[in-house]
Amino acid sequence: MTSGRPAASAGAGPLPSGSPLLELDGVSTVLAGRVVLDEVSFSVGAGELVGLIGTNGAGKTTLLRTILGLQRPASGRIRLAGVPVGAPRLVGPNRKVPVGYVPQKVLLDPDLPLRARDLVELGADGERLGPRLPSAARHDLVDELLDAVGAAAFADFRVGRLSGGEQQRVLIAHALAGRPQLLLLDEPLANLDLRSGQEVVDLLHRLGVERRIAVLLSSHDINQLLPVMDRVVYLAGGRAVAGSTDEVIRSDVLTRLYGHHVDVLRVHGRVIVVASPDAVLDHDEPGEVAAPAPSRAGS
Amino acid sequence: MLTWLFEPGFFSNSEVQMALGIGSAVALVSAVVGVLTVLRGQSFAGHALTESAATGGSGLLLAGVNPFLGFVAGAVAGAGAVELIGVHDPRRRDLATGIVLGLSIGLASLFLYLETTVSATTGATQQILFGSIFAVTSSTIPVVAGFGAGALTIVAALYRPLVLSSVSGDLAAAKGVRIRLVGLGQMLALALAVGLSSIAIGAILSTALLIGPAAAALRFTRRLSLVMIWSAAIGVGTTSLGILLAYYSADWSGGNGLPVSFFIVALVFVVYTGSGLAGRRERSGSRTARPPATVQEAAALPGTPAAAGTLAAGPRTSGRRRQGR
Ligand SMILES: Nc1ncnc2c1ncn2[C@@H]1O[C@H](COP(=O)(O)OP(=O)(O)O)[C@@H](O)[C@H]1O
Ligand SMILES: [Mg+2]
Repeated sequence: MTSGRPAASAGAGPLPSGSPLLELDGVSTVLAGRVVLDEVSFSVGAGELVGLIGTNGAGKTTLLRTILGLQRPASGRIRLAGVPVGAPRLVGPNRKVPVGYVPQKVLLDPDLPLRARDLVELGADGERLGPRLPSAARHDLVDELLDAVGAAAFADFRVGRLSGGEQQRVLIAHALAGRPQLLLLDEPLANLDLRSGQEVVDLLHRLGVERRIAVLLSSHDINQLLPVMDRVVYLAGGRAVAGSTDEVIRSDVLTRLYGHHVDVLRVHGRVIVVASPDAVLDHDEPGEVAAPAPSRAGS
Repeated sequence: MLTWLFEPGFFSNSEVQMALGIGSAVALVSAVVGVLTVLRGQSFAGHALTESAATGGSGLLLAGVNPFLGFVAGAVAGAGAVELIGVHDPRRRDLATGIVLGLSIGLASLFLYLETTVSATTGATQQILFGSIFAVTSSTIPVVAGFGAGALTIVAALYRPLVLSSVSGDLAAAKGVRIRLVGLGQMLALALAVGLSSIAIGAILSTALLIGPAAAALRFTRRLSLVMIWSAAIGVGTTSLGILLAYYSADWSGGNGLPVSFFIVALVFVVYTGSGLAGRRERSGSRTARPPATVQEAAALPGTPAAAGTLAAGPRTSGRRRQGR
């Protein structure tokens, strides 16, 4: 089900036309004896922007790590461009399709002797063996990416001393430097104020439109993504429903997913998911939600 | 600067020539490997390996063999033991390192005890723990050259994956770096470096040659390639100067010279302390060195107000820079 943008074959790679770029089929992941992901299935087409929505602890990070091969699934299949994601190789990337990853949290030592641009450069060739030869092309790529994410102004600063939002931009540039066809971002908006968040959303949207890079990003808030999202994967308790926002963000669908009654309210073009009658499920940001829970919303 | 010190014919003294040559090579390897060791927070592992080196050295000495090979073999064996016990979990790894360290010291003390009491070798303890660079013979050259080249080759080969995985294991793993394998290579390079510097300044003090120059260099500059160069320069410089001072200390102290290791370690300490001052200047200096922010720089993203917001969030203040972690 590849709704949203037509899956045109504009560039990027040896994708057999029609088959999705990323395909999960009944993927379950068990951590410390607990089923964290329970039979998750969905697909992402080339150039699509897909939101992975869920509350804290829903399994978003685990899902992204499973797709990357950092976490072995207990069962199910993951395919990238039709090829199963296999065991890691001795050296070099373990997949034909380059995948970029921006983790939720990267603790960078403030004294790390690396400038922002050095970290981006490592995104281009950090997995390679042997000494690095100077390359004008790589240098230009790094400059272009720093520009594209709005990080040119602090390109020569120690990356560990940048603010959370600045590091976020640098990490996106790092992920893009590997020329990925799929970009996985774990809560990229969580550290950002609304305006910076909007810039990042716009940037990710353009990556899909201009470079046909598919983007799967997790967020606990759906609203910033609504205007640009092709499809949504909604996670709750390890289970997932996927589809267009109109198909998924509905009271009956989410009620089935959560296993208890859930209302979906649409107010001024925003979506609010509330469990009736007593809990706000999907927000912890005060002021973000006009939910019928004054004590929470005001805190 | 030191020319006033040198007697005529000083550099044709083969004992000193040999010491300077071996010392410089060993210091170079230690300084380069040391940068990655500090970057990866492995100073403790480095220290444990020096004790393993002492075990190997004293063991071979007891067996009546040249101890130099024993230093290297001991350090490599210690690295293997840490890797075997340590597995993935960082806390267990720390414990494993401590256990290997304790066992190594115990064995070394046993070997040295036997050597001094049973074989009645005088100076065994001195030679193993504090080095004997003026006693090295040309037969040591192939050992130093071979293992030194080995360590540098490992570092050169694994440079980028090593740096990336010390920045963030997740970022490296996501790019397909086999973190554990790369870490294993780093441990081997570390063991070789520690074994080699044991030859120059003894097992106990080889940590100083490993960590000191790298730690000082890291305070000079924020570019990793320059850190490598600085570290190598500091390591080779302090070692050479230390050797010269020790050689001449025989004249000043009348009779026996003072140990080389003392001079090297003292010089490393001086440079490290001095680098703190230089580092502070670099830190506050970089504020003014900040490239002027222009709207153009952020204009890649649509919306000028947003771009202005980027810049407003941009400038570092010196207060924030000093916060550390
Ligand atoms: N290494 C782990 N071992 C055991 N449980 C874990 C581990 N990592 C995460 N979990 C659990 O799995 C669930 C999903 O976590 P996570 O994927 O981080 O959620 P999210 O990213 O959506 O907030 C949480 O309940 C968390 O406690
Ligand atoms: Mg998470």
